[in-house]
Amino acid sequence: MKYEVVIGLETHAELDTESKLFCGCSTKFGSEPNTQTCPVCLGLPGVLPVMNKKAFEYSLKAAVALYCEINQFTNFDRKSYYYPDLPKNYQTSQNYFNIGNNGYVDMVVAGKEKRISIHNVHLEEEAGKLIHPESSDANYSLVDFNRAGVPLLEIVTQPDMRSIEEVESYMQTLRNILLYIGVSDCKMQEGSLRFEASISLREQGSAIYGNRVEIKNLNSMKAVSKVLTYEISRQSELLDKGEDVLMETRLWDDVNSSSRRMRSKEESHDYRYFPEPDLVPFWIKQEWIDETMATIPELAVSKRQRFVKEYSLSDYDAGILTDDKLLADYFEECVGLSQDSPKELSNWIINDVLRELKERKLNVQHFVISPKMLTELVKIKPTIGSSIAKEVFVEMINTGKSAHAIVKEKDLVQIDDTSELNEIVIKVIGDNPKAAEDYGQGKKNALAFLIGQTMKITKGKANPKILTELFKQRLSSISQ
Amino acid sequence: MILRELSANSIKEKIIKREITAQEVVEDLFKWIGLKESLIKAYISLDKEGALLKAKEIDEKLNNGGRVGLLAGIPVAIKDNICTWGMKTTCASKILENFTPPYDAFVVKRIKEEDAIIIGKTNLDEFAMGSSNENSAFHVTRNPWNTDCIPGGSGGGSAAAVTADMAFMALGSDTGGSVRQPSSFCGNVGCKPTYGRVSRYGLVAFASSLDQIGSITKDVSDAALLLQVVSGHDCHDSTSANVEVPDYIAGINSVNNNLRIGVPKEFFGEGLNPEIESAVKNALGIYKKNGAELIDLSLPHCGYALATYYIIATAEASSNLARYDGVRYGHRSQLSEDNIIDMYSRVRAEGFGSEVKRRVLLGNYVLSAGFYDAYYIKASKVRNLIKSDFEDAFSKVDCIISPTCPSPAFKIGEKITDPLEMYLSDIYTIPANLVGIPGISIPCGFTTTGLPIGMQLMGKHFEEEKILRIAKLFENETDFHLKKPGLK
Repeated sequence: MKYEVVIGLETHAELDTESKLFCGCSTKFGSEPNTQTCPVCLGLPGVLPVMNKKAFEYSLKAAVALYCEINQFTNFDRKSYYYPDLPKNYQTSQNYFNIGNNGYVDMVVAGKEKRISIHNVHLEEEAGKLIHPESSDANYSLVDFNRAGVPLLEIVTQPDMRSIEEVESYMQTLRNILLYIGVSDCKMQEGSLRFEASISLREQGSAIYGNRVEIKNLNSMKAVSKVLTYEISRQSELLDKGEDVLMETRLWDDVNSSSRRMRSKEESHDYRYFPEPDLVPFWIKQEWIDETMATIPELAVSKRQRFVKEYSLSDYDAGILTDDKLLADYFEECVGLSQDSPKELSNWIINDVLRELKERKLNVQHFVISPKMLTELVKIKPTIGSSIAKEVFVEMINTGKSAHAIVKEKDLVQIDDTSELNEIVIKVIGDNPKAAEDYGQGKKNALAFLIGQTMKITKGKANPKILTELFKQRLSSISQ
Repeated sequence: MILRELSANSIKEKIIKREITAQEVVEDLFKWIGLKESLIKAYISLDKEGALLKAKEIDEKLNNGGRVGLLAGIPVAIKDNICTWGMKTTCASKILENFTPPYDAFVVKRIKEEDAIIIGKTNLDEFAMGSSNENSAFHVTRNPWNTDCIPGGSGGGSAAAVTADMAFMALGSDTGGSVRQPSSFCGNVGCKPTYGRVSRYGLVAFASSLDQIGSITKDVSDAALLLQVVSGHDCHDSTSANVEVPDYIAGINSVNNNLRIGVPKEFFGEGLNPEIESAVKNALGIYKKNGAELIDLSLPHCGYALATYYIIATAEASSNLARYDGVRYGHRSQLSEDNIIDMYSRVRAEGFGSEVKRRVLLGNYVLSAGFYDAYYIKASKVRNLIKSDFEDAFSKVDCIISPTCPSPAFKIGEKITDPLEMYLSDIYTIPANLVGIPGISIPCGFTTTGLPIGMQLMGKHFEEEKILRIAKLFENETDFHLKKPGLK
């Protein structure tokens, strides 16, 4: 393409606290409208905000995890604009002294490392939700303030992304970090994670940024990819025709997959920021930052690299395992218990555990098969064989019993004893002379039939490897 | 002896000693209100029924030998910008004309717990913006000393109610002088404590960094009593100070040794009414006679206080009043609306009076992009300079004494067309709000036309006890606080 794409992203993540940012109301999702409100989050006359300590700590944690410089003096500002979902008609946010500035996110795109700079991380309050009646001639709208005042973390990047792939990777990586450090559930279907993109195009090699378009209201990563694809072609077409791209804010319409103008640059808001006089400034001591730093777990990017090195997993498999911190923890617990076979454990987790979790819509921590149980199954697998192991796995889920118990109960131990198997082989050949004859005449699939018959008798427990050897020996001696 | 003329402390003592019942006090008071309220118009709403119920409860407690609170049986008036659960709180604005809060302000909760009897909500300038009570959307309160005059503002209703013996004490709010200036005009003791001393939770915000709830009382002992009850930390107000509250009631009678009183020259300059100047000078003489050392000092940046105040206060007000949009509560236009902007415009155009609109516009202007640094940031810097002026001064003196206002109560209508002239009446009270220090106005004389004159005492942060004590010393030597307007 003749144009270079320049993209910056603002991410809004609802923090996973029990109560709202400035009052004690619950943040539970999906309750009846306006049942989680109080004078404070409704903005009644005379009320005052009190900072939710947990929300502040979570913001600090996120800022630290994104390698930000922490403002040791931080305070809040009022951002003024009128909208019916905003109870005070100003949003208590941060503008002059954000909790964190100048951070970064390291990620891997198409096998290459890339660093995205974070402009700032700040804490603010969520607005309520407008509900528009379905009938088009209705002359009213309703407001639900349950969400008003939920703590919201805003993460703003520099315009560092150069392709949709990079944006997708950034969103995944960021989501992953927030999940790893446990500050947000990042549920996009509940609006816990939302995006705003700004995008401009410029001639390849140009040092000057093109006119920037901001797009609001992006409620999923898919929407971001869609809107950027749309905007790239819209803006390229304009530039191809020699026309200017208008500096403006556009609104994404997910249903029609198109964007429309919300306001031009001239109509842009003057938010009249000034320091929130109802809250006192916060001083963040170095010890607090250090303590927070110590609570940040190993993040996915480095964990993935470590898994490849330490356990000789493929990068792809390591990626799947580290996508979810709990799954990675599950894997490492298994490896720790077994002291062996990380590759096999990884296969079990990626193929079987993940499939079951998905089917049952479960989180790995609520999965009936604990790391200890899975390790045990993998350990006794050589004695029962792969196919029986899979059956035992299912049985473990259904009954919650250990692999040992199931194997014992159902007498599933593989028959490895050569003399025992030899007797059976002789018997089967005796019972099926025709097949033995066929084999002698070069019909090789007669062997499969004979093995099948043996498995029937042994209920699948015969060690297939030994069995095959024994048949081959026996049949060849007959034919000679 | 006329019951209603007694101080709050005295009436409480009579109730506790069961010389009289709380119900009798309330009945007597409402009888008087029935006679005089049509003239004074101190109240926006009255609650005789609720007051009698509470009085009955207190009487029963006393009859059963139960314990009663610090304000047992004292009828208290509350400025109508302080939220009262189940009782309308209008801020003297059409926009909140029918607003009934579903919660009690911290101070209201406190006085209820101490068995005060809330008798009604008093008039004020709309959203506490004004110096005369003429900005009330409902009516103008009159000064009991001369009913052609304003009672001051914004807490004119509270001050007039106490002066006219229609309440034994009152709660007000003071953003630039709204407790002290009307107290001065009506001859009361009006105390604005340190910023953060009394929780603002439930006080309808005008300018958050300046607002402070205060007391309007008949004498200094009553002020100590009321402040004792409402002071202290509140976890619902982040700006509320977690500083121990001393025993004001005991403290005011201790001896003042080696008292050093600062007399700032900037408060005795041009524009000061000569009768007020001589009354305050006379008062300073009384202190000197009682062993105090008078120290001349200068607070050089106070000349910028008024300008600084009108930037910071309007900036904060423009944001604090943004919530009155008709969406969740308050006035809603009867006219049809085409869109949400239309609705906002109608609600606010119809709901707010002209002074409120003026200040909202001013505040939005000073916060606008391109002006923020030149106005708000600069004003914040000047505010710090004024703070240092006072810090320097308090390294040399225990308290600073000045007139409360440059002029006595003026005529209704006299200054209403000239906002700047009106703003000047707060010129001596505003610095204490900008700095956050406590200030108290006490009566120190009368003009030849018989209007009260107030003297202001300002102290260090959290030294309410000291200025109350110094005020009490003066009160012990004089009887200005005992004078009554001829309302009989």
